Amino acid sequence: MSQSNVQGGTRVKPKENRNRKKWITPKTVPYLFILPAVTFFLIFTVYPVISSLLLSFQTRVGSEYEFVWFENYIRLFQDALFYKALGNTFLILIIQVPIQLFLAVIIAVALNSQFVKMKSFFRVAFFMPAITALVASSIIFMIMLDENYGLVNYLLSFVGIEPVAWLSDPFWAKVALMVAITWRWTGYNMVIFLAGLQNIPGSLYEAAEMDGASKLRQFFYITLPQLKPIFLFTFVLSTIGTLQLFDEPYILTNGGPNNATMTITLYLYENGFRYFDFGYASAIAYVLVLIIGVLSWAQMKWAGEDK
Amino acid sequence: MTTQMSPMKKTLLYAFLFVGVIVSIFPFYWMFVGATNPSGEIFKVPPNFFPGTHGWENFKNLNENVGIIRVMGNSLFITLTFTALSALICTAAGYAFAKFQFKGRNQIFFLLLVAIMIPYHVTLIPLFEIFSNVNWLNTFQAVILPQVAYPFAIFLMRQNMQAIPDSLLEAARVDGAGEFHIFFRIVMPVMRPALAAVAIFLFMFQWNNFIWPLVVLQSQEMYTLPVALSSLIGMSRIDYGQVMMGTTLSTLPIMIFFLLLQKQFISGILGGSVKE
Repeated sequence: MSQSNVQGGTRVKPKENRNRKKWITPKTVPYLFILPAVTFFLIFTVYPVISSLLLSFQTRVGSEYEFVWFENYIRLFQDALFYKALGNTFLILIIQVPIQLFLAVIIAVALNSQFVKMKSFFRVAFFMPAITALVASSIIFMIMLDENYGLVNYLLSFVGIEPVAWLSDPFWAKVALMVAITWRWTGYNMVIFLAGLQNIPGSLYEAAEMDGASKLRQFFYITLPQLKPIFLFTFVLSTIGTLQLFDEPYILTNGGPNNATMTITLYLYENGFRYFDFGYASAIAYVLVLIIGVLSWAQMKWAGEDK
Repeated sequence: MTTQMSPMKKTLLYAFLFVGVIVSIFPFYWMFVGATNPSGEIFKVPPNFFPGTHGWENFKNLNENVGIIRVMGNSLFITLTFTALSALICTAAGYAFAKFQFKGRNQIFFLLLVAIMIPYHVTLIPLFEIFSNVNWLNTFQAVILPQVAYPFAIFLMRQNMQAIPDSLLEAARVDGAGEFHIFFRIVMPVMRPALAAVAIFLFMFQWNNFIWPLVVLQSQEMYTLPVALSSLIGMSRIDYGQVMMGTTLSTLPIMIFFLLLQKQFISGILGGSVKE
């Protein structure tokens, strides 16, 4: 369609063009095409990343910055609250991510069954949470999980469960956070798994069927191994996302109660923009970079070795 | 495969899926119920399970409280400007990386790939200083500009551009078409589906963007929807009818858009990792 457009479309006047833009040749033009992106990238990404690194070795004395070597980092490694934020973030990572991916796979496998009709309805319905703003989904959960009047506790009362202090108990606040995150992201991951399932050749299952393998065996010996690259992909995405967790704890619990839901980025934000301790906040940011770097490297190595 | 499934198993399968659907969808319903009722109704025991008639009242109060009409306008303006600008810049860069040989190409592209891995939070403080130095705190451009060169979008466009046959571009050059003419009149139209997916990705990123606008926007008349919503939560007396109305207003437009363009949306939000 577009090809015919080219021939029949607007006419170019070669002569005029050539005189006006002699310096625009296939040799020079790629630089013009990348120029805006590279300019913005240098100003708003490369410079800040470097500046942040330098800032992490400085501290503000009066209105001037002073170079203090590793002082911010040393302070960080003695900061109990930082360890708490780190611990909370990793706890969520270790518990929530596997649950979410497990749920996503199960739903994807169920939906992929040849017996399920209205597949696109289900797919849309499960994906719906992924279109909401994290701020919006956190607010809805904050209201549903209200201790005294929330819907969830009201429904639990029917099965004889006492009201749960979802947002004011250190343990349950973490659970509430994980519930909200799981709601928001399971469908998102499910759709990725579903696409992966549809790429598994049907002949594999037919062969297994002929050998008399049960459905469960087929799941463990065909489906899961075939989905391995997808697992890795969603795992890396979820890991990076969880390490940067901010919107949900900010809205749902504001890091509380008693810092039970303080995360690395929430702590970074508080130091940077509540206490305006830019040097210290930059050090936190670089520890986060380091963690993400190491984990990504480990995950990629693990994936590479398995080929 | 033509194996049969017992009715029992089939029922269980459907029951599982329907429970899942209810869990996925119910919070949206609850949001509508809250938005159309006075604050107390959803916090009654037993709660009111049905939409009410208090929606307009909630909207009016919300507008008096945080100027929600203005806030929605801000969000729309920021998001649309960002999406258009970013899509154009990233498409142009993706085109150059995919279809031209030039010095430094691989090095620059590698740098962009590395940037995908770097958490955006690292840049917050220096960005704040940059915009503070040029006196642009609390402006729209401060929200729009930092992420305009979105490395992931450039990466996606480059992947998609590789499918364009070189012969098509060569033929146009032989015909005497200028390089910009080729880009705008040939490449862009061919790339329409990829462009739509990337645009949806960028739109959703900016519409839902929270931490940077929270940092850089300081007065209510400049707030975007997520920032305005978070400010409602911070008030000493929270009116939940208003909060739910605000949440609905931030979700509903996207939801309608999503239901109309399901496939493009899913592939857009997933950053093109799922092809339809």
